[in-house]
Amino acid sequence: MNPISTLFKEKKNILSIYFTAGFPNLNSTKSILDALVGSGADMIEIGIPFSDPLADGPVIQHSSEVALKNGMTIQLLFHQLDKLKVKSRKSKVPLILMGYLNPVLQFGMEHFCREARKAGISGVILPDLPMDVYLSEYKPVFEKYKLKNIFLITPQTSEKRIREIDKRSDGFIYMVSSSSTTGAQNGVNKEKEKYFNRIRRMKLKSPVMIGFGISDRTGFSKACKFANGAIIGSAFISHIEKGEPVNKFIKQII
Amino acid sequence: MRYQVNKKGYYGNFGGAFIPEMLVPNVEELRNHYLKIISSKGFQKELGSLLRNYAGRPTPLYFAKRLSERYKAKIFLKREDLLHTGAHKINNTLGQILVAKKLGKTRIIAETGAGQHGVATATVCALMGLECIVYMGEVDIERQAPNVARMKMLGAKVIPAKSGSRTLKDATNEAIRDWINNPVDTHYIIGSVVGPHPYPDMVARFQSVISKEIKKELKSKFKKENPDYVIACVGGGSNAAGAFYHFLDNKKVKLIAVEAAGKGIHSGHSAATMVLGKPGIIHGSKTLLMQTDDGQITEPYSISAGLDYPGVGPVHAHLFKTGRAKFVSATDEEALKAAYLLAKLEGIIPALESAHALAYLEKLKAKKNEIVVVNLSGRGDKDMATYINKME
Repeated sequence: MNPISTLFKEKKNILSIYFTAGFPNLNSTKSILDALVGSGADMIEIGIPFSDPLADGPVIQHSSEVALKNGMTIQLLFHQLDKLKVKSRKSKVPLILMGYLNPVLQFGMEHFCREARKAGISGVILPDLPMDVYLSEYKPVFEKYKLKNIFLITPQTSEKRIREIDKRSDGFIYMVSSSSTTGAQNGVNKEKEKYFNRIRRMKLKSPVMIGFGISDRTGFSKACKFANGAIIGSAFISHIEKGEPVNKFIKQII
Repeated sequence: MRYQVNKKGYYGNFGGAFIPEMLVPNVEELRNHYLKIISSKGFQKELGSLLRNYAGRPTPLYFAKRLSERYKAKIFLKREDLLHTGAHKINNTLGQILVAKKLGKTRIIAETGAGQHGVATATVCALMGLECIVYMGEVDIERQAPNVARMKMLGAKVIPAKSGSRTLKDATNEAIRDWINNPVDTHYIIGSVVGPHPYPDMVARFQSVISKEIKKELKSKFKKENPDYVIACVGGGSNAAGAFYHFLDNKKVKLIAVEAAGKGIHSGHSAATMVLGKPGIIHGSKTLLMQTDDGQITEPYSISAGLDYPGVGPVHAHLFKTGRAKFVSATDEEALKAAYLLAKLEGIIPALESAHALAYLEKLKAKKNEIVVVNLSGRGDKDMATYINKME
């Protein structure tokens, strides 16, 4: 079974952590992954840096810029994941690649999926890959290499489209908590709770993870009341940028 | 061969809407309504009246006698430079602000490079009494101070784009991020035939008035509505899209698009996307794109801030691949020369962008009786610092 499916079957209150590959240093990938697995992260999203990250706020923009200056590429990331014998390869912690479509297209979609599978990746999030293009062009390739493609929903997504996304999802749905780019530090307010409740009442078949704007223990535990878990990105990146140890951050959350 | 957009938003293999889910509701709303809105009689009447009484349409199709003598062809200049705010950009911003109003939007955002589209957007926002926010790269803000002042005087808020290379591409990123953060009340007025479908088609339709007027004028003067050549400069490609629009299906009309070669196509300082680009995704559109082997978008260069965009409208990528339009390029030097020449021979100071189109006249081997229309997309006031600096 795909480790993502296993995780959602076995666990509630799932903590997923996002970090940008190649940040703060080119070779940080292994140490961050090992520390995340060691300190109790349930799932990990590895960000592929891109020059023009449209959906990201300043923190992830900055980490992407630094990562690219450091020389991070998709090829190198796969090499790191392949050769470094990261602990997560033996653990059950699912690894997900998250990035923008253009670098992946240049690498070649099938090549990307094949290498991802080899590197122990379980799922992929490409926010600017439209669902219809995924279905008509890339679904067979994802399935061939046993990769889950993760779709996003937002407070503005229509009910009809959410149903369609739910139908097409086989990993989990990435529920963007507010109409914003990543890193908005606005917590979980009444308006968001209303939206979370609305989605919960839809009784979707897919597990749901809440992301964007979740930055601390309060936000995480609130999100967990409405969904299978939550994703933290920008707050974690700000933490490691200060040179603080990875496990300290995770302890603050769970 | 089909040159207009198809139902799915593609020009051949190019176009589409490669956008994150956060933008889907806005772009869908626009896609579902734009054709109905702009084809309605009320809209056409209102836009037509604004184009005529406010912007100054129709613009003259001026027979450039001395330029024609020099190049031994019948050269006409489509005088978009005479429009209000100094360039063709106002054709699009007037159209889009009316669409925004019909959609009930109260807040307008835009990106700008040299500031021409920013000024044209600030202008129509003032006219309609709508809030206006213009994103402009920090680097461009420094080098285009007069246009920044114009936008401010018109009541717009100019926000510096401080990410990436801090130029047009990054200003566009910031505008898109703003739209993600303000999905309900905001309309994004994109300035060129770029971005996700339906933008390339919508902007081309608003600019198509250029070729419509060329046809009409030629017919009334020469009883021949089709020129032999239409020449236009291409950055994102909105003035070219408008100048080509009504001639696309008539292959007898030779379409020539002039890109900015900067310091030379292979100098490492160029914006010649057709030569240097590969298929990729930029700002929600699949098109030809200047990028590294790893798919990171690279920074183009041109003396003209309006042409240094690393992508190009998907319609142009399609016209290039199908061979319907011929894509050539002019260097900074060639464009400057053409600008000085036009000033001396015709008493017209062109925008640096339009000077690239004029520069191709040196290489065009037209026959004596052939009609050549050059789209003079903008005037050179904004470029005087550069012209003075380079004058010897």
